[in-house]
Amino acid sequence: MSETLLELHDVATHFTVESGGLWRGTKSVVRAVDGVSLSIARGEVVGMVGESGCGKSTLARTIMQLVPATAGRIVFQGRDLTQATAAEVKAARRGMQMVFQDPFASLNPRMTIFATLAEPLRVHRVCASEAVPARVARLLELVGLSSRDLHKYPHEFSGGQRQRIAIARALALEPQLIIADEPVSALDVSIQAQILNLLASLVREMNLSLLFIAHDLSVVKHISDRVAVMYLGKIVEFGPANEVIERPGHPYSQALISAIPTLDPAKARTRLVLAGDPPSPRQPPSGCAFHPRCPHAQAQCREITPRLTPITPAQAAACVRLGEF
Amino acid sequence: MPLLDVTDLRTSFHTRSGIYRAVDGVSFSVEQGETLGIVGESGSGKSVTCYSLMGLVPQPPGRIESGRALFGGVDLLNCSPAEARAIRGKRIAMIFQDPMTSLNPYLRIGEQIIEPLVIHEKISRDDAWQQAAAMLEAVGINDPAHRLTQYPHEFSGGMRQRAMIAMALITRPELLIADEPTTALDVTVQAQILDLIKKLQREMKMAVIFITHDLAVVSELCDRVQVMYGGRLVERAPTRRLFTAPRHPYTQALQRSIPALQHKGTTLYTIPGQPPDLSRAQAGCAFAPRCEFALESCRTAEINLAPVADGHASACVRVQAGEILHE
Repeated sequence: MSETLLELHDVATHFTVESGGLWRGTKSVVRAVDGVSLSIARGEVVGMVGESGCGKSTLARTIMQLVPATAGRIVFQGRDLTQATAAEVKAARRGMQMVFQDPFASLNPRMTIFATLAEPLRVHRVCASEAVPARVARLLELVGLSSRDLHKYPHEFSGGQRQRIAIARALALEPQLIIADEPVSALDVSIQAQILNLLASLVREMNLSLLFIAHDLSVVKHISDRVAVMYLGKIVEFGPANEVIERPGHPYSQALISAIPTLDPAKARTRLVLAGDPPSPRQPPSGCAFHPRCPHAQAQCREITPRLTPITPAQAAACVRLGEF
Repeated sequence: MPLLDVTDLRTSFHTRSGIYRAVDGVSFSVEQGETLGIVGESGSGKSVTCYSLMGLVPQPPGRIESGRALFGGVDLLNCSPAEARAIRGKRIAMIFQDPMTSLNPYLRIGEQIIEPLVIHEKISRDDAWQQAAAMLEAVGINDPAHRLTQYPHEFSGGMRQRAMIAMALITRPELLIADEPTTALDVTVQAQILDLIKKLQREMKMAVIFITHDLAVVSELCDRVQVMYGGRLVERAPTRRLFTAPRHPYTQALQRSIPALQHKGTTLYTIPGQPPDLSRAQAGCAFAPRCEFALESCRTAEINLAPVADGHASACVRVQAGEILHE
């Protein structure tokens, strides 16, 4: 295995929320991310899947230090960011950049593309100001846009083009890690293919690591080396993309994968339809958080909180009845 | 006789920056009890087609330029408002993409579900309430009597979509138009809602028009599919045929760009260029500028959807002439 770029040890992100009446509000804790351990090697693509509210976006923001971690360690290039000073965090941010879901909301409508792409270069004093225009033009080329577009505003671009601009902005500081939070969910199928191809070629050519967050499993499978499945703030299964998707070990991964509509109408398949909605992270069920919806749940599942246990040397799942079904 | 027969529907939007031909000469029919899928990317006109039938296109700026939509002998596009009201919400019902914004946050769920019944049928409020409870139970919501008295914010996303379905189906419509009803939902909840629509359709023997951009959802649910591009229909086929033997370059290109149908890690096919600008009248085939098979004649020829095989129609002149075969 090549060099580890990012390591998470038992990372938790909890939010305190006030609820209830106007005067007698009660405080409760939302465990958005609750004990996640994960590592990403240089040049590796890790896919992260889960339903809305499972904590995958909060995890991304926690890694980026956009929200503080409540517990755990986030080690990037050998430095623990949870203990780092503000200056150290700023330096680390040059090495990791983020691409957001909505290219309509993540670009400033009042800044030209040139201003958007030049800003990170200036903030981090990457190069002399005379060299900025040439670098910006090169960035645009890298993502398949023309330098003629430099002085246009975001509204003049389509969704796919805006996502290219957001990717160019993330690449401006030549990071080692890109965290892409649902980068293709807002795009049409034909545009989605363009962005996936672009990300895959950038990873290959620049030896980037990519944490790719999505709810669409077929997209995640296509681009990722390894896949993590999240449920209610915890990773319930982790392993090589093909294995997790072809032979999922955790009942939640099994249900999630069987819930994806197939494109082949001839392929008869028994579908595991889960009852109910994902529970709220404000009052997570006791024991295994999945037990109220799990078709294989037993009495013990209500009490024991399962830990990730290896199924094969590369694949692990968090279920006490692993291998029994 | 088909349940709904639409001929040459044209809907455009007259704005300051020009006339947008959102739907440009669309004809199709829906048989009793069948499920017809309409797929296309954003801006292809799939939603506006159905909004036109339901009288939901704001006029102005929208204008229905031409067309006929016969439903039980009544032309939905050219009938009196009273005739349209008697059909809409009773014999044709619609559900929308976003259950968060299409329920009224100020009204109890029950009030919203009984509304179509109270308007269309002579029924007492108590009886309507009883029927609403039965309907809520039929869409899989526990403790319906209590749930009816709650407000939309007390429901989860999946439950709101169930409540919307209950509202649409309470008058036992003959046709349900579903506009991306599962797009805003998680996959596990999407699977529940698709199963529910299938089950209720069988029980109530209604026809469904299912609008979506997700080809996979179509393949699971629909009997027939039609593909829209640039306001026009480009292909129509039985679902299985469309996936195994697409006969229009656009449909073929779409399939090659979907990760689920390709080997892991291969470079996906991308359609060059941009979707057409609907504010410019375009002669010939709308897909021609992006099509790898386009000839000069494609840009000028008159384009019509024509049969290329049993039950399978394509709007590609080269496919019609037998010049391109599917892979």
